[in-house]
Amino acid sequence: MDPGTSTGAAAAGAGLPGIMQKKMNWKNIYAPVFALLLVVCASSVRAQLTIEIIGGGATQTPIAIAPFAGEADFPLGITGIVGADLQRSGLFKLIDAGGARPANPQEVPYANLRAAGAEAIVVGSMASTAPGNVNIRFFLLDAVKQTQISAFSYNVSTQQFRTVAHTISDVIYEALTGDKGVFSTRIAYIVKNGRKHLLQVADADGYNPQTIVNSDEPLLSPSWSRDGSKLAYVSFENRKPVVYVQELATGRKQPIANFRGNNSAPTWSPDGQRLVVTLTKDGNSQLYVINADGSNAQRIASSSGIDTEANFAPDASSVLFVSDRGGSPQIYRYSFGSNTVERMTFDGTYNTSPRYSPDGKTFAFLKRDGSRFNIAVQDIASRQVQVLTQGGTDESPSYAPNGKMILYASVQGGRGILAAVSSDGRVKQRLSSATGGDVREPAWGPLGK
Amino acid sequence: MKISLRLTSIACAAALLAACSSTPSDQKSAPVDERSPLASTAASPGSSTSGAAGSGLAGSAIAPSSGVTSTSAPTTSQASGRNVLRDPASVLSKRSVFYDFDSFVVRDEFKPMVEAHGRYLRDNKAARVVIQGNTDERGGREYNLALGNKRAESVKRMLSVMGVQEAQMETVSFGKEKPRNPGSDETAWAENRRSDVVYQGE
Repeated sequence: MDPGTSTGAAAAGAGLPGIMQKKMNWKNIYAPVFALLLVVCASSVRAQLTIEIIGGGATQTPIAIAPFAGEADFPLGITGIVGADLQRSGLFKLIDAGGARPANPQEVPYANLRAAGAEAIVVGSMASTAPGNVNIRFFLLDAVKQTQISAFSYNVSTQQFRTVAHTISDVIYEALTGDKGVFSTRIAYIVKNGRKHLLQVADADGYNPQTIVNSDEPLLSPSWSRDGSKLAYVSFENRKPVVYVQELATGRKQPIANFRGNNSAPTWSPDGQRLVVTLTKDGNSQLYVINADGSNAQRIASSSGIDTEANFAPDASSVLFVSDRGGSPQIYRYSFGSNTVERMTFDGTYNTSPRYSPDGKTFAFLKRDGSRFNIAVQDIASRQVQVLTQGGTDESPSYAPNGKMILYASVQGGRGILAAVSSDGRVKQRLSSATGGDVREPAWGPLGK
Repeated sequence: MKISLRLTSIACAAALLAACSSTPSDQKSAPVDERSPLASTAASPGSSTSGAAGSGLAGSAIAPSSGVTSTSAPTTSQASGRNVLRDPASVLSKRSVFYDFDSFVVRDEFKPMVEAHGRYLRDNKAARVVIQGNTDERGGREYNLALGNKRAESVKRMLSVMGVQEAQMETVSFGKEKPRNPGSDETAWAENRRSDVVYQGE
């Protein structure tokens, strides 16, 4: 795309196509602060999911975000979204910037903001370049050293404000924590409202929910392809579970596993060429590798009991899965190269729903203690287990693509909600549907390219 | 296809079971405990027979492997096949097997009912059934889907051993997705841990 033509053609995806980016300076002065992340959004009529934050990181970076010069001329601001993004991560504390609206670093009242406690400062400007087109500039500054950490300029359409705001949040988050931001990612989940089952995809802050599938029969187990272009999921619309793959851009869907009996639990290989699914065509639930077009189903990790819920390793060398071959449901690992199976969990009598962390070093899973079901993580090398949640009715963990947060399903007041917990257990968030109904089966999408 | 037996149907079946007194004595004398779905129907109107069902389960012994049918309704009648399946006086009108938590074992109290369906299917080769497995709401959806399938398979295996042809049977699991009782207590859970035998055309 010609950067000179700039501005706002089609609505931007995660990668902000059509936006001219000019990197003016870059210096990452803050060492990684802490490990956490954000999720979803606060009050707005456009948000289908609303979030409540419980707890925060042990260390929060104080940051002053001054309203951008010229921002008041536009119906939707940028800095409010950025501030909400950063605050939800639990890693930042917003400092009141006073009345200052500096358009560039030279005008920043460093002494005042430093006195107010700010360690980082965000300033910027917004100006129309043509009808419907806007130039947005922002500067991330070190309040102590009074130096510039990062700065970007974007030419966008007014339709892209939220996208730009999340991109700015990602820049700030990465500069100050050392970890990738996930403010520009998307999440998939199921809403059940009466008889209706909806598979929806929304921005990671709960805005712009789009219904991908609308069914009178149950939907479950959405799984993102690694490039974010497709979702595999299980639908009961044929009165039994069948695995479909749907392209998000075109809406085109195709049943890829529709054998006799049950078809469920899809997980994508990292290259998007294959999936592992659970089929019962030969009796009990067993794992099969299948091509993305539904051809060539090959059984793996055979047992005489239940094998299900496979989850591909980020390096594609193995899948974690659940089996009751030892008498109770436990998590096992099947390695493709050696064609071997190894038991991973030993603590307790019910460990299911394994999900590899993005770095492949740990996995999140559903652990039952007595009558309580909670989300836990296990370090693969040390086998150390940490229980992260206390909901008692939790299930369906899904890692954020930077590994800092785990989204999961819970029940509150008899209603299905989504919740999120940082992978160190410090930050917790609850998300519920503003339009009613039960929200469940979350799947956090990949980072944009 | 949708089977959804009403609670009253369960109560009727329970009454039938009690009236027939044809169930084998259970060595463990498995009492109808608080997890029994039969007991759970006591709360619903018109299900005053649940107490009788409880006591009726301790009826006279007939070996489960016996080919002799002891139910009052004929199970082999070709002419009245459909009627037999729906006749509340026939054990064939009873379709549900209930399970303990995280278990797929068919408890002894349900074996006579499964065996009656086995005899019917063996004698009516044109009849087709789908065995639908279900679970309670606790735990993850995918493992429950697999557990429901294992429950359905356990019933299918019993029928297969009796000589029912593979082509007559199909299993499917609904996991915890289609609870008969939407509640979140042990009564509801017990009712939802279930396999249903559904005849083609129903």
